[in-house]
Amino acid sequence: METNSSSENWPLWEVFIRMRQGLDHKHAGSLHAADAQMALENARDVYTRRNEGISIWVVESKYIHASSPAEAGEFFDPANDKVYRYPTFYPLPEELKNI
Amino acid sequence: MPSNEQIFEDKIEKEIRIEPKDWMPEDYRKLLIRQMSQHAHSEIVGMLPEGNWITRAPSLRRKATLIAKVQDEAGHGLYLYSATETLGITRGETVDQLLSGKAKYSSIFNYPTLSWADIGAIGWLVDGAAIMNQVPLCRASFGPYARAMVRICKEESFHQRQGFEILLTLSRGSEAQKQMCQDAINRWWWPAVMMFGPPDESSPHSQKSMQWKIKRFGNDELRQKFIDVCAEQVNVLGMSIPDDKLRWNEKTGHFDFGEIDWDEFWNVVNGNGPCNKERIAARKKAHEDGAWVREAASAYAAKNNHSSDIR
Repeated sequence: METNSSSENWPLWEVFIRMRQGLDHKHAGSLHAADAQMALENARDVYTRRNEGISIWVVESKYIHASSPAEAGEFFDPANDKVYRYPTFYPLPEELKNI
Repeated sequence: MPSNEQIFEDKIEKEIRIEPKDWMPEDYRKLLIRQMSQHAHSEIVGMLPEGNWITRAPSLRRKATLIAKVQDEAGHGLYLYSATETLGITRGETVDQLLSGKAKYSSIFNYPTLSWADIGAIGWLVDGAAIMNQVPLCRASFGPYARAMVRICKEESFHQRQGFEILLTLSRGSEAQKQMCQDAINRWWWPAVMMFGPPDESSPHSQKSMQWKIKRFGNDELRQKFIDVCAEQVNVLGMSIPDDKLRWNEKTGHFDFGEIDWDEFWNVVNGNGPCNKERIAARKKAHEDGAWVREAASAYAAKNNHSSDIR
């Protein structure tokens, strides 16, 4: 089995697809490609064969920095005890309309 | 082959969002940069009048809420600045335009917050008017603006409620508290009504913005909607709106209202409101005082990048 092909060294790219006009680009998956143009074309072939997208972004995976799942608890902790950020925290009279 | 203009106008016509990489007329780009950066500046300057009461909020609950609200305004400013940057202007340029006075922000934030009741009145009236303006912007023709507005509107839903709750509490309190409540409504009512901007016929930007489906409703239509809603809501407070011409009109199906003092509006827009100088001075000071933090962060990042290059 060929283990030393040059494609082994192709960088990994993360693929983001805008499914419909007006929506954000959403992460779809990743692929290997030699350069950005190849990554875009391959992303088209891999992820949008059934018209799943109208726009694609690719970014080399090494440029993505992620928060650590192991530290998610303390990382997101600041938002845990702030119920006053939600509208339901403020009871108002029934007769009040359009608020 | 259709021209770029035809493709663009066709998208607007068919309600297809315009995205940053699409061709767009230079005037559309300029109008968006103007409207979106002004919107961002308003969120940022809007933190100042409310921030004024954080240390003096009457309870821990009110304080936590007010901090959360001011934090939201900061976040909303950032969403809007980054959406504006997709149009090819840098963050630095937009901030400079605010600090130099070249760019405006909503004139409402040039009024002072004199009592705790003002925090309630801002939530009810100022955020109420802002929401009336912002909900239709969720359908703006420029994608990044529309998407930022969806986020903002969702987060703002508590802002107006907390404000009304403050006023409701005061309205059920002592005689002095009731007076404070009415006084705040009296001072904020007209500036809030002016937030919708000048009448449509004297607002050229507004007309262009509607033509390109950035804005969906005219200033006067939104203003009327706001007045109709508030004229009913004020009854729940047992307070009154400071307009003796305000009355229900059976024929139009709307509330009639008194004349707006546009001289006051233009005076504040042109820099002569009660707090214009104070607001810009506060932003400049924050920007200058924060310079060393930005420099230190850049130096730290440069040092780390250098060491990670070696790996």
